[in-house]
Amino acid sequence: MELLTNVLAATVVAGTPLLLVALGELICERSGVLNLGQEGMMLMGAVAGFVAALTSGSLVVGVAAAVLAGIGMSLLFAFMAVSLAANQYAAGLALTIFGTGLSAFLGAGFVGQSIDGFTRVAIPFLSDIPVLGRVLFDQDPLVYLSLIIFAGVAIFLRHTRGGLLLRAVGEDPEAANANGLKVLVVRYLAVAFGGGMAGLAGAYLSLAYTPLWTENMTAGRGWIALALVVFATWRPERVVLGAYLFGAASILHLVLQGLGWKSSTELLAMLPYVVTILMLILLSWNPARTRLNTPLSLGQPYRPGR
Amino acid sequence: MLLLERRPVDSSLMKWASPLLALILTIITGFCLFLSMGKDPVEGLKFFFITPISDLMGLAELGLKMAPLLLCAAGLTVCYRAKLWNIGAEGHFLMGALGASITAVWLVDADGFWVLPVVLLSGTLAGMLWAAVASGLKTHLHCNEILTTIMLNYIALNLLLYVVHGPLKDPYGFGFPQSVMFADSALLPALIPGTRLHLGLAFGLLAAVVVWVLFARSFIGFQLNVVGQDHRAAAFAGFGARRLTWFAFLVGGATAGLAGASEVTGPIGQLVPQVSPGYGYTAIIVVFLGRMHALGIVVASALLALTFIGGEMLQIAMNMPKAVTGLFQGLLLFYLLTCDAFIHYRIRLKRPARQTTMAAKTASGEA
Repeated sequence: MELLTNVLAATVVAGTPLLLVALGELICERSGVLNLGQEGMMLMGAVAGFVAALTSGSLVVGVAAAVLAGIGMSLLFAFMAVSLAANQYAAGLALTIFGTGLSAFLGAGFVGQSIDGFTRVAIPFLSDIPVLGRVLFDQDPLVYLSLIIFAGVAIFLRHTRGGLLLRAVGEDPEAANANGLKVLVVRYLAVAFGGGMAGLAGAYLSLAYTPLWTENMTAGRGWIALALVVFATWRPERVVLGAYLFGAASILHLVLQGLGWKSSTELLAMLPYVVTILMLILLSWNPARTRLNTPLSLGQPYRPGR
Repeated sequence: MLLLERRPVDSSLMKWASPLLALILTIITGFCLFLSMGKDPVEGLKFFFITPISDLMGLAELGLKMAPLLLCAAGLTVCYRAKLWNIGAEGHFLMGALGASITAVWLVDADGFWVLPVVLLSGTLAGMLWAAVASGLKTHLHCNEILTTIMLNYIALNLLLYVVHGPLKDPYGFGFPQSVMFADSALLPALIPGTRLHLGLAFGLLAAVVVWVLFARSFIGFQLNVVGQDHRAAAFAGFGARRLTWFAFLVGGATAGLAGASEVTGPIGQLVPQVSPGYGYTAIIVVFLGRMHALGIVVASALLALTFIGGEMLQIAMNMPKAVTGLFQGLLLFYLLTCDAFIHYRIRLKRPARQTTMAAKTASGEA
C-alpha cells in the first residue's frame, strides 16, 4: 500500500508537466491553430525559469519568467502562422528548432548549477485522506496550480461565452468572422495561452521535477503532449487521464528497478515513446472518428477580408 | 492598416530571394548578438563563416559535415515534395549507424572488398526498416507521421544507447560506452588523402543527382509532386497515395540510413553514443532552405555544415558556447519561413473594406 501510494504520487508529479503543456495546446488547437513548437517553448520556459530563479533567488520570479518566455516564443509563432498565414507545420517545427538552439545557448553558462526547487506543501485535512491525500494533496504548489488550471480550462470551454467563441473560431472561422468575431485576435490569445502553459510546464521541469538545467531536458515531452491532445479527442478531462497515464509510463522504469527488476535503463526509457505510438494507433485507425473530433479548421490559416 | 494580400501568381523571384534574405537577417541578428555579449562582431562573424573554410583542411571538414546533411536532406526532399512531414531522418540516421555497426563488429575479422558494401547496405536497410514502421503506421493505421517519426527518433536513440552500453560494448574499452574499432576493410576510403573527407560526400552528391532526375525526368517524381500539391487531383488521376507514401518514406529511410552508416564507417570508425549532433533535424532546415530542389539542397547543406564547424570555431577562438550552432540554425529557419510568406502574399497598405483594382496594381508594381 505504501509503495502503491508512492508510485501514484510520483505518477502525478511525472504527469504534471505533460498536463500543463497539453492543456495549453488543447486551447490552442480548439482555436484551429496547430502549434508543433511545444518542445521549443517548453525548453525556453525551463531555461528562463531556472536562470531567473537562480539569479533572483525567488521561485515565483522563476515561474513568471518561464511563463513570459513561453508567451514570447508563442507570439513569434503566432506572427508567422496567424498573421503571415504561414504553413503551421513548418512554423511550429521552426519554433521547436529555434527554441532548442536558443535555450541551449542561453543556458550554456548555467549547466551544472542547482537550486532549491519547489517542495511539497501538504494541504491541511485533505492530505490526511488515505492514499488520495498523499497522491493529490501532499504535492508541490505547481501540481495544485495545474489542477486549478485544468478546472478553469474545463469550465471555460464548456460553460462560458469565451469558450463558445473559441470553439466557434476553431470549427468555422468564416462563420465566426461573419458573426463579428475577431478571428485573428482569438487565435493570437489562444496561441499565447498555449505558450504560457508550455513555459509553465518547462518551469515545472527545471524548478520542481529536477531543479537544474540541462540541454534538451524536456526529452520529447512537448511532442508527447501533442499526441496527448489527439488521444484526449480535444477534451480536458481526458487530457488529465492521459497525462497521468503517460506519467506512469515514464516512471515505470524507476518502479521496476525499485522492485529489483534487472533490466536495461535505456530499453525502459523507450516506454513513454512506445506507449505514445500505441495510443496513436488505437485512436487513429478509424479516420472517420478522428475527423469527428478534430476541430474543423485545425491547421488551416485564416486570412480575413478575402 | 497592413494587410496581407494573396498574389495572383506566386513570386518566383521571392522563392529564391527568400533564403538569401533569411541568411542576411540571420547575419544581422548574429552581429547584434556578438555586440550584446561584448565581443567583436566582425571578428566573431569571421570566425563563424570564413576562418573554418580558409584552408584545404577546413574545406575537407566542411565536406565531412555536408555528407550526412545532404544525404538526409535528399531523402526528406522526396517526402516533403509529397507533403509527407517525415521528421524521422534523425531516427533513420541513428538506425543506419546502429545497423552498420552491428554488421561491422560482426565482420571485424573479415577481410575483402565485399565487407564495406555489406556494412553500408545493412545500415541502409536498417534506416529503411525504421522508415517502413512510420510508413505502415501512416498508410494502414492513419497515424500522423510527424508524431510517429518523432517518437521513433527517441526510440532509435534509446535503442542505440542500449546497444552501445550493452551488447556491442567493447569489453576492453576501459568501461567506455563504445564498440570495438571496425576493421580497415569496413572503413570508407578517404576522398582527399591526408584529410578526414571520405566517400560519404560522393554518396550525398549522387543522392542529389538522383533527386534531380527523379523530379525532372521520372513519372513517379511527377506523381509525388501532384500528391503534394493537390491530394484530390492525385486521387482523380489514379495515383496510389499509399504506394507513393511507401516510396517516399523508404527513400528517406535509405538515404538517412546510408548517412548514418557512412558516419560510423567514415570519420568515427566505431559506434559511440554521440553519432549525430542532430544531422537529421538540421536536414529539415536544409530542405526548406534549398527550396526542395536538388541544387538548392547542395548549397544549403554546405551552409548548414558551416554552422556546425563555425560553432566549434567560436567555442575555441572566442570562448562562446557551442550551442551557437543551434541558435544560428533556428534563426535561419525562422527568418526563412517569415520571408517565405511573401512568396504567396504581398503587403498592402489599405483598409480591408476598400478593395480596388488600382490598389492591387500598385502593390504588384512594388513587389
